[in-house]
Amino acid sequence: MTNIPWTARLALRALRANKMRSALTMLGIIIGVAAVIAMLAVGTGATMRISEQISSMGSNLLIILPGSTTSGGMRMGAGTQPTLTYQDAQDIPVECPAVDAVAPVLSGAAQVVYGRQNWSTVVTGTTPSMLYVRDWSLSEGRAFTDADVQNATKVCLLGQTVVENLFGDEDPYGKIIKIKNLPFTVIGVLKAKGQSAIGQDQDDTIFIPLTTAQRKLFGTAFPGMVRIILVKAKSTGELNDAQDQITSLLRQRHHIGPRQDDDFTVRNLTQMMQAAEQSTRIMTLLLGAIASVSLLVGGIGIMNIMLVSITERTREIGIRMAIGAKTWDIRFQFLMEALIMSLIGGTAGIATGVGSSAVLSKIAGWPAAVSPFSILLAFGFSGAVGIFFGFYPAYKASLLNPIDALRYE
Amino acid sequence: MALIETQEITRTYQLGDVEVNALNGVSVLIEKGEFVSIMGPSGSGKSTFMNILGCLDKPSRGRYLLDGIDVSTMGRDQLAQIRNRKLGFVFQGFNLLARTSALENVELPMFYAGIGADERRQRALEALGMVGLQGREAHYPNQLSGGQQQRVAIARALVNEAPIILADEPTGNLDTRTSEEIMALFVRLNADSKITIILVTHEPDIAAFSRRAIRFMDGRLISDEEVS
Repeated sequence: MTNIPWTARLALRALRANKMRSALTMLGIIIGVAAVIAMLAVGTGATMRISEQISSMGSNLLIILPGSTTSGGMRMGAGTQPTLTYQDAQDIPVECPAVDAVAPVLSGAAQVVYGRQNWSTVVTGTTPSMLYVRDWSLSEGRAFTDADVQNATKVCLLGQTVVENLFGDEDPYGKIIKIKNLPFTVIGVLKAKGQSAIGQDQDDTIFIPLTTAQRKLFGTAFPGMVRIILVKAKSTGELNDAQDQITSLLRQRHHIGPRQDDDFTVRNLTQMMQAAEQSTRIMTLLLGAIASVSLLVGGIGIMNIMLVSITERTREIGIRMAIGAKTWDIRFQFLMEALIMSLIGGTAGIATGVGSSAVLSKIAGWPAAVSPFSILLAFGFSGAVGIFFGFYPAYKASLLNPIDALRYE
Repeated sequence: MALIETQEITRTYQLGDVEVNALNGVSVLIEKGEFVSIMGPSGSGKSTFMNILGCLDKPSRGRYLLDGIDVSTMGRDQLAQIRNRKLGFVFQGFNLLARTSALENVELPMFYAGIGADERRQRALEALGMVGLQGREAHYPNQLSGGQQQRVAIARALVNEAPIILADEPTGNLDTRTSEEIMALFVRLNADSKITIILVTHEPDIAAFSRRAIRFMDGRLISDEEVS
């Protein structure tokens, strides 16, 4: 019985009769929808960037830093004392059931030379498990092995930034480079990983066997010492267990008495990053909620204008009732007007929102990601706003007394 | 069986604490094909009577049988359907929809009757032809003269093949010559198509076109006689 195309045409005609008024009413919805889309895009963009950083760091990651010893009553900062050893690193996966793998690191800055090019980078001495702990893979060649670590061979894996600076377009595989004047054979190239959470270029690095770094590059007074130990827990849920198990193991291994402070620090980076991600998510929701308030205001604008329109068109309603319009015919007619206004406004708002997110990410440099979900949400929401705020005026119109409506001047 | 039968209908309005009887026990029989004029001074109840006949209002007491069906107990939507199928309205102020062409104005009752687009158009064109408005289908009300607008209204009243046309002072806004043309149209429709016409007027000249005159005074029917 209800004829949708006919009613839609009728509604469009009524809206065209008051172009300025309809446009201004739609503007409320346009701004609301655009705000929702842009805010969600900015928020989603930020969340995505943090997620990327988390996955580039490696998942379920703990970092053990040495130091903070007390010497002569003076407490030193974390990392000031060389208290972690390769042996600590080897014992952790054996003794701590919540730990999946570890990668000890002894790193330092070094000048590297290939042919006529030279470059200063961070040389990281580590074990083969490093690639697994950091969820890192090779784009070329092979990783070094436990045998390489045992024999302190002079082989290396290059990060992408190093390859670009030393080799340009040349294939580095199998070439010999010099690190602190010692020749190293390039046996592999690391895949690009991008920036870390604090903006470091993670690809500006060279991996070499840990023992090579200890004995030949960064020889210290403490044999077997490592700078830090990276730990991969078995799962996110076991991060805290792993932290506790490592702490008690290291206290025992370092002979720390019950009332003494730890001479190492275990940091849970994943948790920190997840907290950051969580708070960004909450921010996104908050921004979206604030933006939806403007959509709500737009909806009230529709209701307002529909009420005015119904008062103005009381006589028209009376005529329609006299010639046979039923309650639903009248209701549907005005509901359709409200719905069309909100859907046209919603569509224009989506275009504006997508456009302004693009401009925002270009100009302000914020990452912005418009998800199809947010478009669908905004469109559905504006439709719902139209129906919700259109219903009362339409209901009111349908209950007019035909005699009074016909007499209305 | 009479087409219209009112049995002792009374319509009471509440004005503050006072009850006002706009109609007081009116019984009328109107047969199919009659041409009746309803006369009386303002406030006599003739408009209230027309509103009840037109199913726009309901009697407070008494029964109204339209085509043998008691409509005095029907609900809103049922009454809307009766108005749509059985009654055509012609008003003093024409009451056409603005910004809507003559053709679409005439199509409107058929839309509410759920008739398809092609048939609507066809029948609307025919009805406009019957009232002598060929070639004006696309005109908007504000492009038509008063007489032409009233013809569009009559076409709209005819188009659903309603057996009854209720005209409330249809010539009140028209000059004498146009009034006579409109009345001639009513006479022709009554004679040729056997449409029952009920006409409210206070002009004896206009009532003279009808064949039966009913007079109201203070909510009561005071005379019901044939027009010679």
